Amino acid sequence: MQKQVFEGYVEYLQIMDEDGNIDEKLMPAELSDEKIIDMYKYMLFARNLDAKTLSLQRQGRVYTFAPLLGEEATQIGVAFAMKKDDILVPSFRQHGIFLARGLPLASHFIYWKGYEEGNITLKGINSTPFAVPVSTQMPHAAGIAFGQKYQGKNASVVAYIGDGGTSEGDFYESINFAGVYKLSLVTIIENNQWAISMPRSGQTAAQTLAQKAVAAGIDCIQVDGNDVIAVYKAASDAIKSRNPALIECVTYRLGMHTTSDDPTKYRTDEEVKKWEQKDPIKRVKAYLEKKNLWNDKLESDEIQSQMDRINKAVEEAESFKPDPVSMFKNVYSFMPEIISEEMESAVGANFWL
Amino acid sequence: MVGAINNALELCMKEDEKIILLGEDIGKDGGVFRVTDGLIEKFGEKRVVDTPLAESAIIGASIGMALSGLRPVPEVQFAGFMLLSFSQLLNHAARYRSRTRSTMPLPMVVRTPVGGGVKALEHHSDNPEALYSHIGGLIVVEPSNPYDAKGLLIKALHMNDPIIFLEPTKLYRLFKQEIPDEMYEVDIGKASYLKKGEQLTVITYGNTVPIVSSVIEKKNISADVIDLRTINPFDEKTILESAKKTGKVLIVHEASLNFGVGAEISARIAEKAMFELSAPIMRVAAPSFPVPYPGYENYYIPNEKKVSDAIDKLLSV
Repeated sequence: MQKQVFEGYVEYLQIMDEDGNIDEKLMPAELSDEKIIDMYKYMLFARNLDAKTLSLQRQGRVYTFAPLLGEEATQIGVAFAMKKDDILVPSFRQHGIFLARGLPLASHFIYWKGYEEGNITLKGINSTPFAVPVSTQMPHAAGIAFGQKYQGKNASVVAYIGDGGTSEGDFYESINFAGVYKLSLVTIIENNQWAISMPRSGQTAAQTLAQKAVAAGIDCIQVDGNDVIAVYKAASDAIKSRNPALIECVTYRLGMHTTSDDPTKYRTDEEVKKWEQKDPIKRVKAYLEKKNLWNDKLESDEIQSQMDRINKAVEEAESFKPDPVSMFKNVYSFMPEIISEEMESAVGANFWL
Repeated sequence: MVGAINNALELCMKEDEKIILLGEDIGKDGGVFRVTDGLIEKFGEKRVVDTPLAESAIIGASIGMALSGLRPVPEVQFAGFMLLSFSQLLNHAARYRSRTRSTMPLPMVVRTPVGGGVKALEHHSDNPEALYSHIGGLIVVEPSNPYDAKGLLIKALHMNDPIIFLEPTKLYRLFKQEIPDEMYEVDIGKASYLKKGEQLTVITYGNTVPIVSSVIEKKNISADVIDLRTINPFDEKTILESAKKTGKVLIVHEASLNFGVGAEISARIAEKAMFELSAPIMRVAAPSFPVPYPGYENYYIPNEKKVSDAIDKLLSV
């Protein structure tokens, strides 16, 4: 006997096209004009915060930084789909969704200035800290979702991973784990086409990254990651389903991997220009302007108010006083003698500075 | 040092067609530190392989390549990320020779940048040498200058063992050194005397070598300064010889103190030369917890003053 025992498919979703036209049939009813204006403001805010941080890095006022330019919709759309008590598990480029979930801006700058104290306020927005080793945060997300279910809690977990991260074992192990226990874990693949110098095509022979969910037996969808409405809808549906899901957001890293990276070494200007046409912010602006909901005056007022908040946060972060003793005091739940001795000799010698 | 390593790879790849390089961003991008820059142009995509982002697969597949008759040289982008391949290294690479009674040796050299001092992100400044040395079966090498880097890497590529080749990030471009153009080997398992003297012995390797050298020079002390170069198996003979001569030993490394390389060396000296010492063995290292974020780096990494204070203390005994 020979027969087909499985057939899979992956749907693609775009609701707002590159010119800001909406597919009315697909438009989520709950998305009022006010909400779309808010989404627009947050995307703009994320871009301004990103640009400011990059400029501080270039002035030596923050260390290595991973910009999100071009990926705003993939973060802000999800932020609007998440409830306050839902839990975020980011990789290392999600300062846009941090912002939209209410992270105090000074924390963002303190983090990128290289101090663990920047992570202290993450608890308040139900997020884990950035995880630098690619994909290693994914099993935590599965574990958090398991913990929620075990304790009868209703929060969903939203985890972020990049296109490169989907090649790691931890990625597959985690979505598989979530599938086995039917956990409310929504994994967002922020597919920005480049893992440093490796293009998406070099990462896997699979046609889509979303289809990796099929092997784990969980739901999946591929969305236009530069369409904030589609991202919102996919994330919202997945969170409401309470089932594990994988959402591939097709977006583009317009900037560098990190400030240590030089993308001109491995990709063409033409490619970048092509993606600039698909800018996630531009299309929402076009939509709002067509509906007379936005104009130049509102835009410049909004930017002014955002920059005021950003500059105030920079000031606050720059007045932060590092406390090196905190390194010693936060190793264990108690102070072992060996750490105490090391602390005393370091303090006694003023850290040999 | 970047140029010396690149040159060693090029010479060996010309000599031995079975050598292939693999890793993340090592081809077109030339590696994030540009160590493999230009090699894809010289040897092609077949021998300089940009891999998917999967450290365990890079190392595990390298083991397979070595078993199939190749001589893989995987690069793991940062030492912190190499822990994703820890299972492959400790469960398999370290044991293959032993479990097959040397019928299946693994000729492979795993390269990775280590250490801090460059204000990098979390997991980009780790010093994992003790982790790989503890189990045995893996050779662990860490050069401190371009000459040794080239010679040790060439030697490593002529051996039939799994070798962890640790490259101190801070030293990649810290200073220039004229080195021979041709092939030469530096013995693995042999330390080198950077300086010879009488008052004390300072044992170090990697990132802390320039720090120790500078302190000894500034203080104008007559000391044996030993650069381990190979961490496992380390050169016990040279260490004991020097310890017995000076009677005072200071061990300096950037990795954290707890269960570090300094502990192993101290124990060996205590076991075999204790009664020839005139002072307790001292260690200078980072505090016994993981590397902090870059803002706190200067409070964590051992510096010249910390080494200098330790020397003063040791000489005052």
